[in-house]
Amino acid sequence: MNLDPLFLSRLQFALTIGFHFLFPPLTIGLAWLLVFIEWRGWRHGDEDCIRAGKFFGKILGLTFAVGVATGIVMEFQFGTNWAEYSKYVGDIFGAPLAAEAIFAFFLESAFLGLYLFGRGKVSKGMHWFSSLMVAFGSMLSAFWIIVANSWQQTPAGYEIRNGRAELTDFWAAVFNPSTADRFLHTFVGCLIAGAFLMAGVSAYLVLKNRGAQVGRKTLKMSLIFGLIVSVLALFPTGDHHAKQVARTQPEKFAAIEGLVHGQTRAPLAIFGIPSGEPPRLSLKVGIPAVLSWMAFGDADAYVPGIEDLREAGHPTPPFVITFVSFHTMVGLGTFFIVSTALGVFLLPRNKLYETRWYLKLLLWVIPLPLIACQLGWIVAEVGRQPWVVYRLLKTEDAHSTNVTGGEVLFSIIMFGLIYLMLGVLYVFILVRNVKHGPELLPAKEAR
Amino acid sequence: MDLNIAWFALIWVLFAGYAILDGFDLGVGVLHLFARDNRERRIHMNAIGPVWDGNEVWLLTAGGALFAAFPPVYATVFSGLYLALMLVLFALIFRAVSMEFRGQVDRPGWRRVWDWSFGLGSLVPAIIFGVAVGNILRGLPIEADGTLNVPFLALLNPYALLIGILSLVMFVMHGAAYLAVKTEGDLQQRMARWTIGAWMAFVVLYLAATLATFFVSPFLFESVLSNVLFWIFFLLLLASIVYIPIANRAGKFLRTFLASSATIAAMIGLTATSLFPRMVPSSLDLASSLTIYNASSTPRTLTVMLVIALIGMPLVIVYTAYIYRTFAGKVVITEESY
Ligand code: HDD
Ligand code: HEM
Ligand code: HEM
Repeated sequence: MNLDPLFLSRLQFALTIGFHFLFPPLTIGLAWLLVFIEWRGWRHGDEDCIRAGKFFGKILGLTFAVGVATGIVMEFQFGTNWAEYSKYVGDIFGAPLAAEAIFAFFLESAFLGLYLFGRGKVSKGMHWFSSLMVAFGSMLSAFWIIVANSWQQTPAGYEIRNGRAELTDFWAAVFNPSTADRFLHTFVGCLIAGAFLMAGVSAYLVLKNRGAQVGRKTLKMSLIFGLIVSVLALFPTGDHHAKQVARTQPEKFAAIEGLVHGQTRAPLAIFGIPSGEPPRLSLKVGIPAVLSWMAFGDADAYVPGIEDLREAGHPTPPFVITFVSFHTMVGLGTFFIVSTALGVFLLPRNKLYETRWYLKLLLWVIPLPLIACQLGWIVAEVGRQPWVVYRLLKTEDAHSTNVTGGEVLFSIIMFGLIYLMLGVLYVFILVRNVKHGPELLPAKEAR
Repeated sequence: MDLNIAWFALIWVLFAGYAILDGFDLGVGVLHLFARDNRERRIHMNAIGPVWDGNEVWLLTAGGALFAAFPPVYATVFSGLYLALMLVLFALIFRAVSMEFRGQVDRPGWRRVWDWSFGLGSLVPAIIFGVAVGNILRGLPIEADGTLNVPFLALLNPYALLIGILSLVMFVMHGAAYLAVKTEGDLQQRMARWTIGAWMAFVVLYLAATLATFFVSPFLFESVLSNVLFWIFFLLLLASIVYIPIANRAGKFLRTFLASSATIAAMIGLTATSLFPRMVPSSLDLASSLTIYNASSTPRTLTVMLVIALIGMPLVIVYTAYIYRTFAGKVVITEESY
């Protein structure tokens, strides 16, 4: 049997990072919401908030544990499966990874222990501070890993010497052309995921009238928060990010927008059915000139298309996947704005808590922001192909040549089984915890 | 001292930090397999509950720092030892989640599953770390062009297995010493006995391992005898090994634990000094070894990394110390416990 280690390593990376990235968004989002909630519990002595803090704190602990378990794998996988990549980029890529561990992982894991186990052992102020440090640490961790990823998207601050990329300017590499946009946009996506989890769980509590007091408060908070961050995902972060891609990675941009032939006054595709090789978009519905204007701030600007880039020697990424993922993400983003806006609209009229269909809807849409996050990464990563480091190193030259297909197949099967089990157990335990509700948790610090 | 030497030292400090801190977690995990009842098992888990994740980050930091400072070492060793590393990763996944999952459902069958997963998830890395070190001391078949291919079974040679068992015994001793600090009464007495038992096995195996190393890798002893650091670590090792049973007999368990930490530090120090300046010796031809000079990043990256480490690590040490102080004292099972 001929097992291709390159293909299998790609599959394994996609599987493991995709699974890992289900948990960080929930961790980051919940952690920041808990900073608000714990603050109210501490400063205002609000008993509902203390209960809410304990209740969602448990969910945070659970999510964090699975995030850690799957994250450890990522840290070593560059060496195990992508040895040629690691040798090529190590001089630059390793530093953000190490910085992430030193500045972020220590912070979040140390203070998470204090946050979960330290209630009553440390002062209330210190306890709140530990929740802040967890949130801050998880944000920093996102920052540093995205620095690493953004460098491979838009390399900067390096020179090719001795057959590898060598660092010439640390800050230029850290704040390469796509770091800021990618970080802010991903961070906002994570906040949306946390807000929808909290909103859905709170809606359930209100529906079942279990700890409904607590549920109402957290529902209100997470909806308002959710609306704000949903808007931020579209504008300015999403919009800026797209402009950045237009400037730095024209092949990816042409693919996500479905622009086959370059033109001035390029139209924005609202709808279209993509098909591969050669890339075509049929049944296209577009608004003239809007794409030119969105990408370059000028309705008459020339936007290069897939065909002209090919002629200039720049290969196209897998077209259908990139196009569909991007448009689904944007569609979901629009849905998040509409759905949270509806909830906020119902709030002052006090109808929110009686509108049962809406509460049920919130429960069912919990996973959608996670799907949007996954789709976003598929756009970013598949849209970069065939490069692993954009225009420097091809993915096919990056894997470990000394690892056999059989070995990778074995590890994929193991990861597949273990992650399936983790996923099922995570959902099972989450549902169990939610069904128990926050009522049984005493708010003893308030007395 | 040049940058490459500084980073050689720092990488080993990080690995030593990991072995000392997460070492007792691994030891507790192994001892968990021998606990008598549910209460004891909960005490085991909660003894490390608030700190184990922070401890494990030492491994991640060491891995990240190795990647940044010595990319070819990171790439060659981890891909060359692919299956061994995968086994460690699977085990660490199980260990990480079993503490969180175990208390979630109040059924004996459920708990048993996670007890085993916690125990084996600690046992497997405790052995494989030693096996990996053993193989590095023995030299890996690195070719002149830097490629490395080792079949998994070739890693399980008698010498490496000896080091694997040594490392298991060392972590058990360390974990028992830690639990003796964190517990009271009967359990504490039993842990003191475990400490002594593991200590005896450790001394015997360590002597055997040193002897075996003379034959397997004589090059490790080439220049160390004239190295001051070697003698410092050697004396530290001797003193702390002798002190462990004394403190343990006297019931001064914190001191036992510190002595056991010093033993681990000294042992790793000896390993590092005898490897220097090689990172990974080649068993085919010593000239093909990965050294701190032919396998390093550029001076600029090493400098940047040094700045990051000098800013970051003092902070880490300050808040880690604060958190250890907060959770000092005997384990008490409360509402928040696992
Ligand atoms: C945008 C955010 C983000 C992204 C893109 C990634 N991670 Fe992650 N990671 C986190 C955000 C995060 C986090 C929020 O900080 C986690 C999640 C749960 C947790 O415990 O921390 C985490 C955990 C986590 C851990 C365990 C840390 C611990 O023990 O405390 C490791 C080793 C990694 N990650 C490594 C990686 C690597 C090598 C990635 C890329 C290939 C990666 N993560 C993608
Ligand atoms: C967490 C969100 C991420 C997701 C969901 C994700 C998703 C993916 C997917 C689906 C692929 C396979 C693409 C293909 O083969 O066509 C891939 C490849 C890759 N990604 Fe990511 N990625 C994420 C983050 C990162 C980060 C943060 C890094 C680096 C720091 C990274 C580095 C890589 C590398 C090295 C590959 C090479 C394998 C390949 O291109 O096939 N990714 N990723
Ligand atoms: C609403 C309009 C949105 C726009 C215009 C937009 C725009 C973009 C663009 C252009 C990319 C590709 C960047 C690249 O190739 O590197 C991207 C990636 C991404 N998107 Fe969105 N997005 C939107 C909504 C969302 C939402 C709602 C979420 C999550 C809840 C989300 C999460 C992500 C993530 C995680 C990535 C991958 C990482 C990155 O490159 O930033 N996006 N987005």
